[in-house]
Amino acid sequence: MPSASEGPSIAVDRLSVTYRTSIERSPTLSGTLLRLGRRQRTVRTTQALKDVSFEVPKGTVLGVIGANGAGKSTLMRTVAGILPPTEGRIEVRGRVSTLLALGVGFNRELSGRENVVLGGLAAGLSRRRLQDKYEEIVAFSELEEFMDMPMRTYSSGMYGRLAFSVAVNMEPDILIIDEALSVGDARFRRKSFEKMRELCGQDRTILLVSHALGSIRDLCDEAIWIHRGELRMADEPDAVIDAYTTFLDVGEDAVTLEDV
Amino acid sequence: MSTDTPNSVQETETGPPGARPTSVLQRDDELSEHHVYEPHRVGLPPIGTYVKRLWERREFAFELSRTKLRAQHFNTVFGQLWLIINPLLLALVYFVLVDILRDGSRGPQFLAHLTAGLFAYYFVSDSVRQASRSVVSAGRLILNTPFPRVLLPLSAVLTAFKRFLPTIAIYVPIHALSGLPVGWHLLWTLPLVALFALVAAGVGMLAAAAQVYFRDLASFLPYVLRVWLYISPVLYFAQEVPERYRAILALNPLGAPLTAWSQVLNSGHAPSADVLGLSLAWAVVLLVAGALFFVSREREFAVRL
Repeated sequence: MPSASEGPSIAVDRLSVTYRTSIERSPTLSGTLLRLGRRQRTVRTTQALKDVSFEVPKGTVLGVIGANGAGKSTLMRTVAGILPPTEGRIEVRGRVSTLLALGVGFNRELSGRENVVLGGLAAGLSRRRLQDKYEEIVAFSELEEFMDMPMRTYSSGMYGRLAFSVAVNMEPDILIIDEALSVGDARFRRKSFEKMRELCGQDRTILLVSHALGSIRDLCDEAIWIHRGELRMADEPDAVIDAYTTFLDVGEDAVTLEDV
Repeated sequence: MSTDTPNSVQETETGPPGARPTSVLQRDDELSEHHVYEPHRVGLPPIGTYVKRLWERREFAFELSRTKLRAQHFNTVFGQLWLIINPLLLALVYFVLVDILRDGSRGPQFLAHLTAGLFAYYFVSDSVRQASRSVVSAGRLILNTPFPRVLLPLSAVLTAFKRFLPTIAIYVPIHALSGLPVGWHLLWTLPLVALFALVAAGVGMLAAAAQVYFRDLASFLPYVLRVWLYISPVLYFAQEVPERYRAILALNPLGAPLTAWSQVLNSGHAPSADVLGLSLAWAVVLLVAGALFFVSREREFAVRL
């Protein structure tokens, strides 16, 4: 049996993901029956990822860049085991914690505390371990007095702070962060950036999706560029960012390099 | 570890947890996980691993149920009282209705039958109602966390069960006051409640998965559940059903268990073998069908929500 510490943390081999999404506003039985009568189809097939292969060695911080809709989030969800691959194979060694674009808090009627506890239990933490972590999460997010309020009363900044605190305090082997670094006010951004730097310095594999090319350059050891579902480039962050910005023809101005 | 089966996803934990450097937290074997994700169409994940993960995360189902009950004020006196008053009023209304239709010939023993049947029926229908919403309403959790989704409808059954428990307190005095027999045969109610739970879980899983594909089932469901009540031997005794409607009773998954329920509670004897056999058959069929449908579909939910 291979030990979990052998081999790359993440090995993605010829991965393709194809969605069949319904373009109905909301899928309904009556709608389906009506359409069957009219012989219409409203399913559209989208190829989100095409033949993507790469490996992430243990302890690497990998930056993932690409335009909106390039397939970055799909790639992150597939690595996290949320979406099944259509073709290819992914091997992941270690426990994954995700901070995906949608954040924590699946039920806005429940309090912050309930959302954190339920999210942690669903992610497979033991109750004891969750109790230890809970204090750290709350302390980091600085939301002590809001934890028992329903999450619908949270501002988007508070929401993001809690989500970030949950993800980084789970002590995962592999941390996936999808465009969630720029949350909260300037002070919290600095704090989360410091935390990211600390995590990146540890022996931890991190996938960082960001449009802030400056933080990719600062934090990452390697970078990949996804373009329309294909792996366009995988190299040192500087080289990938140069190629990407040249491609975008925007140049490295203040907007793309904006910190965090 | 891996057998290279195509069309399947394998999630296997390998290696002892102690093989890696220290920290108190590493006692949990959570930290040495190894996942392999491979393509599949509609197919089942490896059942052994799935059940193992399900069991590991059972706390999630318990906590979700507790949270739901807290949101429904289950912990307060008035919240509990409402759970008792509501079904009691319902039972009285149905009793008056049926008694009028029967020219006032129904006695207290019928009230006991009606109350017991209604409470058991509401345990099942409450489960199905809550389960049907469970997946659709957990959108963000499903989009962000991989876990056995079947925990969601199962947690709904647990919630309904906890809401069913206080109604026993109403039934007990009605049973005693209407002079129905008390004895060891009443222990049969325990396996029968388990049968109701199995039917509830099976139908709940079917409803939860179907709701993902057809959101408007939410608006059909109340009608379906009402019809289900009317074709179940709750507002009448099973033996009163005329010959030409007997088939409906047999084809109704709750027909046999509710007949057995009334045999135990009202007639005061162990359920007859044929009724018990049919109940068990329906419970197993629904549970297996529900679980297979749900589990084979669940990895697609993230795309469909």
